[in-house]
Amino acid sequence: MTTAPILELRDVHTSYGNIKALKGISLSVYPGEIVSIIGANGAGKSTTLMSICGIIPLKAGEVRYNGQAIQGKPADLLPPMGLCQVPEGRRIFPRLSVEDNLDMGAFFRRDKDEISKDREHVFALFPVLKDRRNQHGGTLSGGEQQMLAIGRALMSRPKVLLLDEPSLGLAPLIVQKIFEIINEINREDGTTILLVEQNANIALQTAQRGYVLETGAIIMEDEAQNLLNNPEIRKAYLGES
Amino acid sequence: MEFFLQQLINGLTLGGIYALIALGYTMVYGIIQLINFAHGEFFAAGGYMGVILLSFLAGQGYLQTHPWLCLGGAMLLAMVFCAFLAMAVEKVAYMPLRKSTRLAALVSALGMSIFLSNGLMLTQGVYDKPYPAAFSQGGFEFGNIVVSYLQIMIVLITIGLLIFLNILVFKTRIGKAMRATAQDKVMSALVGINSNKIISLTFAIGASLAAAAGIMVGLYYGSVNYTMGFVPGIKAFAAAVLGGIGNITGAMLGGLIIGMVEIFGAGYISGQYKDVFAFIILIAVLYFRPTGIMGENVDDTRV
Repeated sequence: MTTAPILELRDVHTSYGNIKALKGISLSVYPGEIVSIIGANGAGKSTTLMSICGIIPLKAGEVRYNGQAIQGKPADLLPPMGLCQVPEGRRIFPRLSVEDNLDMGAFFRRDKDEISKDREHVFALFPVLKDRRNQHGGTLSGGEQQMLAIGRALMSRPKVLLLDEPSLGLAPLIVQKIFEIINEINREDGTTILLVEQNANIALQTAQRGYVLETGAIIMEDEAQNLLNNPEIRKAYLGES
Repeated sequence: MEFFLQQLINGLTLGGIYALIALGYTMVYGIIQLINFAHGEFFAAGGYMGVILLSFLAGQGYLQTHPWLCLGGAMLLAMVFCAFLAMAVEKVAYMPLRKSTRLAALVSALGMSIFLSNGLMLTQGVYDKPYPAAFSQGGFEFGNIVVSYLQIMIVLITIGLLIFLNILVFKTRIGKAMRATAQDKVMSALVGINSNKIISLTFAIGASLAAAAGIMVGLYYGSVNYTMGFVPGIKAFAAAVLGGIGNITGAMLGGLIIGMVEIFGAGYISGQYKDVFAFIILIAVLYFRPTGIMGENVDDTRV
């Protein structure tokens, strides 16, 4: 690729107390791509995303976004720069209404008219959210919460969207619907997506490229199609014996 | 019957004041799970700012010619002063302890309370400071029931502030951000909310409501004293617990109940025990329903 990566991790280390969580992660995401990180429970997938977003401080290494080093920046400054995360477990504000949850996604924005346009756009993507707009976020089903979490992130008009396990705990039909929308966001809005998943199958089918994370280190990186066809990956992550 | 109605009016006045103070406890608890024991001191500081400003205005002759305007101005200034005081206290005493245990912050709060009340004593003296008597005269009389203009004013200002707070917390962008921060600090950072600013703002709002209450109490009883924050502070804390700590509507309701119980208890049982009733309620709530009236199960208005 000739263009510069929009998001880049260079030898990122983090730890929880004495336990090393990430042992030198390097990865690049180019504008317009969907990239997946697959790996088992505890491999460090969520830690990677939380480190990018400034929630977990780095022990060493560099996170570059749009050509700028962003490690050590307070987390709340990143969404206005276009870097936004839908975290694991969705983290809907349980006692805010669906509409207020969406408005919080646009917290740093002041352009009221554009915000309502974006809200309508989210309602068009997920009509069920419109029906439930006055309901508390905490009363939604898991699938609806995932839709709300993605919708909330879209309200910030992200350039790069980090998605942490969007399939977690959802019925296969809902998972399919969510991934269709993820594709649509990438295609229609040109949003770059970094996707973290245990469900390697759907993650690699959606992505163009993939990284395999194991106990805090990247052990493989390739085109998503090649990873899908790789016998080792098929055995370890796609449930083939 | 007349006695009952008179007590009802007195209870409403006192209850509204407790509600205003209780809101500060509950909002701060809602957002950082800290019982801010220095909160009563903001109430006292507000009372003192009121007496200082109104005495100054009385000396200039303005209080006699424009009493309501002067009161409004003094109240606003005292509220702003206490808002800044609370933000400073938060920065010095609580923010450095954000990542340590809750007990550490609690001890810091107790220390801050002692520090502030001693500060008041050193700068303002140990004796009662009288409020200038521009508002105490007059009122409506219905048979034997007396409703003073001052009481009406206190109730109206209280209602006004409570409505304002409700709109602020439940309708505005900043209020929603406050509730979002209370519910999930990591997620609120991920949508771009600076939680330190929001926490600071929460302290400011709570303290300004307490300051307004302090002025009204000073006017109502005619004087202020440097220890005045302690007992109402604890009673308002009891009110916040009764309502369900962290719940805004609960704090308003709890304040009203504590005020009513105190006045009726004093009127029908014994005036000497008037301070005891609030604590009986506090102990009973903690024993039988620690979540309070509106806590946990009735989720809707928690911050």
